[in-house]
Amino acid sequence: MSIPLSWFIILATLLFGIGAFGVLVRRNVLVMFMCVELMLNAANLALVAFARSLNDVGGETTVFFVLVVAAAEVVVGLGIVVAIFRRRHSAVADELSEMGG
Amino acid sequence: MNHLALPTVSYAALAPILFLLLGGVALMVLSALSRRPLAAGTVTGYSVLIGFGALISALAEYGHVNGAGPSSTVASAIAVDGFSAAIAVTVSVVVILASLLSHGYLRRMQIDAPAYHVLALTSASGAIIMAAANDLVVLFLGLEILSIALYVLAALNRRSAKSEEAALKYFILGGFSSAIFLFGIAFTYGATGSTNLQVITRTLGEGVAAKPGLLLAGLGLLLVGFFFKVAAVPFHLWTPDVYEGAPTPVTGFMAAAAKVGGFAALLRVLLTAMPQLSTNWTPVVYSVAVATLIGGAVLMVVQRDAKRMLAYSSINHAGFLLVGIVAATSAGISADLFYLFTYSVTALATFGIVTMLAGPRDDDAGIDRLSGLARRHPAIGAAMAILLLAQAGVPFTTGFIAKFSVIEAVVGHGSIPLAIIAMASAAVAVFAYLRLVATLYRTEDIATVDLGYDDSLTDGPAAFAIGLSVVVTIFFGIFPAALLDFGRTAVAHLLP
Repeated sequence: MSIPLSWFIILATLLFGIGAFGVLVRRNVLVMFMCVELMLNAANLALVAFARSLNDVGGETTVFFVLVVAAAEVVVGLGIVVAIFRRRHSAVADELSEMGG
Repeated sequence: MNHLALPTVSYAALAPILFLLLGGVALMVLSALSRRPLAAGTVTGYSVLIGFGALISALAEYGHVNGAGPSSTVASAIAVDGFSAAIAVTVSVVVILASLLSHGYLRRMQIDAPAYHVLALTSASGAIIMAAANDLVVLFLGLEILSIALYVLAALNRRSAKSEEAALKYFILGGFSSAIFLFGIAFTYGATGSTNLQVITRTLGEGVAAKPGLLLAGLGLLLVGFFFKVAAVPFHLWTPDVYEGAPTPVTGFMAAAAKVGGFAALLRVLLTAMPQLSTNWTPVVYSVAVATLIGGAVLMVVQRDAKRMLAYSSINHAGFLLVGIVAATSAGISADLFYLFTYSVTALATFGIVTMLAGPRDDDAGIDRLSGLARRHPAIGAAMAILLLAQAGVPFTTGFIAKFSVIEAVVGHGSIPLAIIAMASAAVAVFAYLRLVATLYRTEDIATVDLGYDDSLTDGPAAFAIGLSVVVTIFFGIFPAALLDFGRTAVAHLLP
């Protein structure tokens, strides 16, 4: 007995939703950052689930590309966060209001 | 036992991408290995040469496609067609101009010159990959190569708190939109069984819409991801802050390269992979185009900072480019190609002039700083006036031809109301541009702020690039036929 595809997709959509919600409401930059990663991994889960149900390896190889991209994003993102933290000793988005946006 | 089957690769077709990417990597290795820091002039010259190499190989690809017709390479993941060649030409020109425009700035701000050029070359290669991608996964990789390099570029001015803040905002919202885009790819893959654009369009053509909900959700997520990247209203909120905070030459590069890459990919996905869904996406693109045209123009009028004003101006231009997509005809695509080229040149040069005026710490681009500029520096004032009028769409400039051909395409498609909204928004935008031009020629209240102006105004390479852009803007404004034909031929050889 196998788990139906729709369960995976519902789980992926839920994880994606939690991530998107987190980016929009949380104010700590590191948490926002983790929420973006959660969204990427939700997409990975959906890709693997679709690849299994389509019996096609394309979706699974895509996940490897996404993992590399996510790693590169982490490097750049943490670099920016560290640069800001050195200057302000804080990582809260609301305090970043130099430009009033 | 099965052997690993390697796809055939046409390196000639990939030459523009390889020039920029390998040129960037080689520069990074060279600057890391050299004992003394590389001279800024050498690095700028190198970067311009790489840009020329990419330009020539893109023109060669364009010529090849004209003879042999469109094809695809690397297991049909990359399209070798007139469209990708035309975008490669545009991006190469952006690279050349951006290298020249940044030269003096990098020296003034004591920013490590190789760092800027490596990132700019890499980022530009991402824009071409986006345009040439014939597979959603390759498109995603191109998007990330473009974006990740731009996040770092935005943070390049280490002495400015605004620059770091801009980079962080761009990074969080860019990552957010990339994730939405990727989720859209996953859903499209689930609904059609492939990420290849031709396979997707074949599946849609056969009417195998077994999972229409999934397909439409995928399309919607892809569109939201794209709208974020090209800064269409209501997904534009990051744009003014990022444009204001990023180092000014980087803002210019971002305004040109990111728009070109984003719109090229959007055009290809909607018009070659998903034309069957046009009844679904046309209303969405239509309403976003209306919001972008109106939002960009109205908010532009109330800005007090030149960089923020130009940010809204670029949003307004994005609205016009979306109008070309609504037209969804070959006339619309070729109008958009012309628009992208001419917009890139004028926007880059405009930001080039703002760079000269933004003060020694690049932190103040208030509009009052431009007051009386044409009295103090007639040549620069005149160049700025011409570039602003071109963006406003005044006749005898490329801006007029670009706006005109987009509106002509959409009228040909039968969307008269959209054409009227586009013209009305252009009229509102003209007011903002003209007010800035009037500020340049003001005789009283001439700005007396004197913060290293003269030092920055004698920036040879930047002045040359600005002069070149002004010449291009006026020349193709009076004789647009050659450039328009270039775009039409490119679209005639679009990979179906």
